[in-house]
Amino acid sequence: MTEVARPQTAQATAAVLAQAAAGGRSVRIVGGGTKQAWGAAASEPAVTLETGRLDRILEHNAGDLTAVLEAGVPLARAQAAFASTGQMLALDPPLGDDQAATIGGVIATADSGPLRHRYGGPRDLVIGITVALSDGTVARAGGKVIKNVAGYDLAKLFTGSFGTLGAIVSVNVRLHPRPHASATASGASADPALLATAARALAAAPLELEALDVAWRDGWGALLARAGGARPEHQARRAAALLREEGLERVDVTSEDAPLWERQRAGQRSPGRALVRVATTPSALAEVLRAAGDCGAAVVGRAALGTSYVELDPDAVAALRERLPNVRAAVLLDGPVALRRAQDPWEAPEGPALELMRRVKRSFDPAGTCNPGSFVGGI
Amino acid sequence: MENGAALISRLRAICGAEHVLTHPDALAPYRSDGLAHYRQTPLAAVLPATGEQVREVVRACFMAGVPWVARGSGTGLSGGALPIAEGVLIVLARLRRILAVRLDDARVVVEPGVTNLAISRAVAPTHFYPPDPSSQVVCSIGGNIAENSGGAHCFKYGFTTNYVAGLEVVLSDGTVVELHRDAPGYDLLGTFVGSEGTLGVATKIELRVVPVPETVRTALAFFEDTGAAGEAVTAIVSAGIVPAAIEMMDRLSIRATEQATGAGYRLDAGAALIVELDGPEEECAARFEHVRALCRDAGGRDIRVASSESERALIWKARKAAFAAMGRVAPAYFVQDGVIPRTRLPEVLRRIDELAAEHGLQVANVFHAGDGNLHPLICYDAANPGEPERAEELANLILRACLDQGGSITGEHGVGVDKKSQMPAMFSEQDLDGFHRLRCAFDPHGLANPGKVMPTPRLCGEVPGPYREHPLERAGVAARL
Ligand SMILES: Cc1cc2nc3c(=O)[nH]c(=O)nc-3n(C[C@H](O)[C@H](O)[C@H](O)COP(=O)(O)OP(=O)(O)OC[C@H]3O[C@@H](n4cnc5c(N)ncnc54)[C@H](O)[C@@H]3O)c2cc1C
Repeated sequence: MTEVARPQTAQATAAVLAQAAAGGRSVRIVGGGTKQAWGAAASEPAVTLETGRLDRILEHNAGDLTAVLEAGVPLARAQAAFASTGQMLALDPPLGDDQAATIGGVIATADSGPLRHRYGGPRDLVIGITVALSDGTVARAGGKVIKNVAGYDLAKLFTGSFGTLGAIVSVNVRLHPRPHASATASGASADPALLATAARALAAAPLELEALDVAWRDGWGALLARAGGARPEHQARRAAALLREEGLERVDVTSEDAPLWERQRAGQRSPGRALVRVATTPSALAEVLRAAGDCGAAVVGRAALGTSYVELDPDAVAALRERLPNVRAAVLLDGPVALRRAQDPWEAPEGPALELMRRVKRSFDPAGTCNPGSFVGGI
Repeated sequence: MENGAALISRLRAICGAEHVLTHPDALAPYRSDGLAHYRQTPLAAVLPATGEQVREVVRACFMAGVPWVARGSGTGLSGGALPIAEGVLIVLARLRRILAVRLDDARVVVEPGVTNLAISRAVAPTHFYPPDPSSQVVCSIGGNIAENSGGAHCFKYGFTTNYVAGLEVVLSDGTVVELHRDAPGYDLLGTFVGSEGTLGVATKIELRVVPVPETVRTALAFFEDTGAAGEAVTAIVSAGIVPAAIEMMDRLSIRATEQATGAGYRLDAGAALIVELDGPEEECAARFEHVRALCRDAGGRDIRVASSESERALIWKARKAAFAAMGRVAPAYFVQDGVIPRTRLPEVLRRIDELAAEHGLQVANVFHAGDGNLHPLICYDAANPGEPERAEELANLILRACLDQGGSITGEHGVGVDKKSQMPAMFSEQDLDGFHRLRCAFDPHGLANPGKVMPTPRLCGEVPGPYREHPLERAGVAARL
């Protein structure tokens, strides 16, 4: 039987971890529970540590565009609070059923959405962190100001660490002004090469796009360029002109663009099938679309960043990975347990970098208490 | 030192005798970085020519149990590249090649000794590399990575860490690791940036560059005092405008720079604000009008707009000369580097004024106003007994004032040796312990730039590989626990 702990403070969180470590028991850290199937399929933990009661928005410093959030705060709730002052945390991953995803879970998995094009990923938005470690201590790093180089950047170390180093208790984040309006230019093509060159042209153009996405499904693809700022329609029309010049079809501009982007976000999840996140150089976009097409997969992705989310039949995952041998990463994010047992979801190559990661893990969590077995190389 | 002699001949074999300096005269230029009051002569300085030679040098030091310090251009302002008496200084100035320019992917790959400015030059005219420290003509990209350097354009564009896409790093046992932003696993890349040379040496660097903006518009506005200028900054940021740069100077710094540059700044003003917008033409035009209106509303008078590149250069000339120009109004000064939440500017400036008066010293202020990074320049005259000490005390108290408002002890110059004693004012023992865990994972033997960043020397518990007495142990400064 798994024991459930729901601590309400940083110290209590650290105590849960320390007790488990002393007893040689493993702990799985759970926020909104929307991404429990991500990563390697680990064995049942002895203790489940839920962050649901760490749910306070500790600070929202509107004038300074910063905030301090406890790990269990649902991201949707934080966004609503920021929106009331015309601000946002520029982090827009899909939030799962009932919008349950918490800020802690989003940071721990380094999840992001289309806004990553303009604002970077979670690691670029987290300016400070408080973590509970398995020796019972609570440690902070970074600060509450957007510019700060005092001490090591442990906020980046914990971002995307999948709870394997300790529990994130709270995060300090940088906020941005929320654009008053937006407009999106889109264009379509059945030719991956055309889509890729158009994406490159848009990325190199002196436009300040909020997002630049690609979508691909059933032999047909689209590019979406979203503008915000003071003159969104004007920028979107310029983007549309570029898309036309590059030979895309059905070029259109709309300011009613929310559903388009909702669909892009939804494409980053796979209800019932499998989801692989592929990282390449941006110029390899056409190759990714072709490989996905050959595997009967659908794609959404950040066209200028080289990040693509490929949704496909679990049986096709191995073939997709074989078709993309030279990519930076092809991480199986989500899929049936059997598949995640059969294939290493991370595919991190053995070598000095992985060895260094193991040393980092041992240094922060020597007893292997936190989320054991779920991360790269069996960490 | 027998061990030392053997190591030096090994270093000569690796880099060539002419690239291993041991004579005190030859070592003189390497005794300090940009903070000249910290000085130390190392056992030797080596100037490897390739990443492979760096690896061999680091490996040789590891085998000899000798600590080392990496050095780029030596412009650091926290004593980060200060040598260690019994250690080796690894000077990266000869690793100056631009290895690849791939504009299709908006990437460049360079060696660590390449200067910051050379990177923007390599990708011009279509692209540029945004983090632009004022020292960009000389400082090295390796040093920028180690310090996570910033510049005037970082409020909009972000800092060094936001642009590093990949690194090749030599760890202190000579192992080479490749770290990439998109690789699965821990973000060791992000963790390495800003680590001040204590986790390893970066030998190859992949950076993201961005397209040059279509337009740049620059305005210079004068205000009665810094309070009014601060209100203008808050109004601009609250309106959802993100200027490319927003820089403030107070009365004393205006006076000094005007004497030095004759850029035409108003000597009767209490504060000057430079606001620069860049981006698509239409977007910029709309925003710029808004900025001018907000400056007027906040009491800005004499708002000047640069109508040509040369007028723009003149506006910036004064700001960029601010540090050097202080020499005209004071025989000597300390440059402080503190950060505050931007909205606390009035309180902190008031506190600085009080402290300056109590200490009988003058403080000039220049800020990266958008991100709350203050550079108070504390003026003193070493000819007056006790004044340097008072100035140093004042500099420290200013940092405390920043911390009291929820700020930081350094925004871009780093901790190095200069601020390590301030670390406990910002971080608890447990926080420092967290940092120590990271350092031990990268450098269990404590050979990479020891004595920097952390306030007290500490050794790591679990030490794989050949055990050697640490120099700190030998000196009786620290014990292994
Ligand atoms: C006039 C002046 C203006 C300045 N303006 C700014 C500014 O606007 N913004 C700003 O942020 N800074 C500024 N600085 C500070 C300084 O220029 C930066 O910190 C710069 O990044 C240091 O680069 P460097 O090559 O001189 O490094 P060094 O001084 O040689 O070294 C700095 C640190 O980096 C480490 N290091 C160097 N190379 C490597 C490497 N390859 N791998 C690992 N570690 C390495 C060293 O060990 C040391 O700890 C200024 C300095 C001066 C003198």
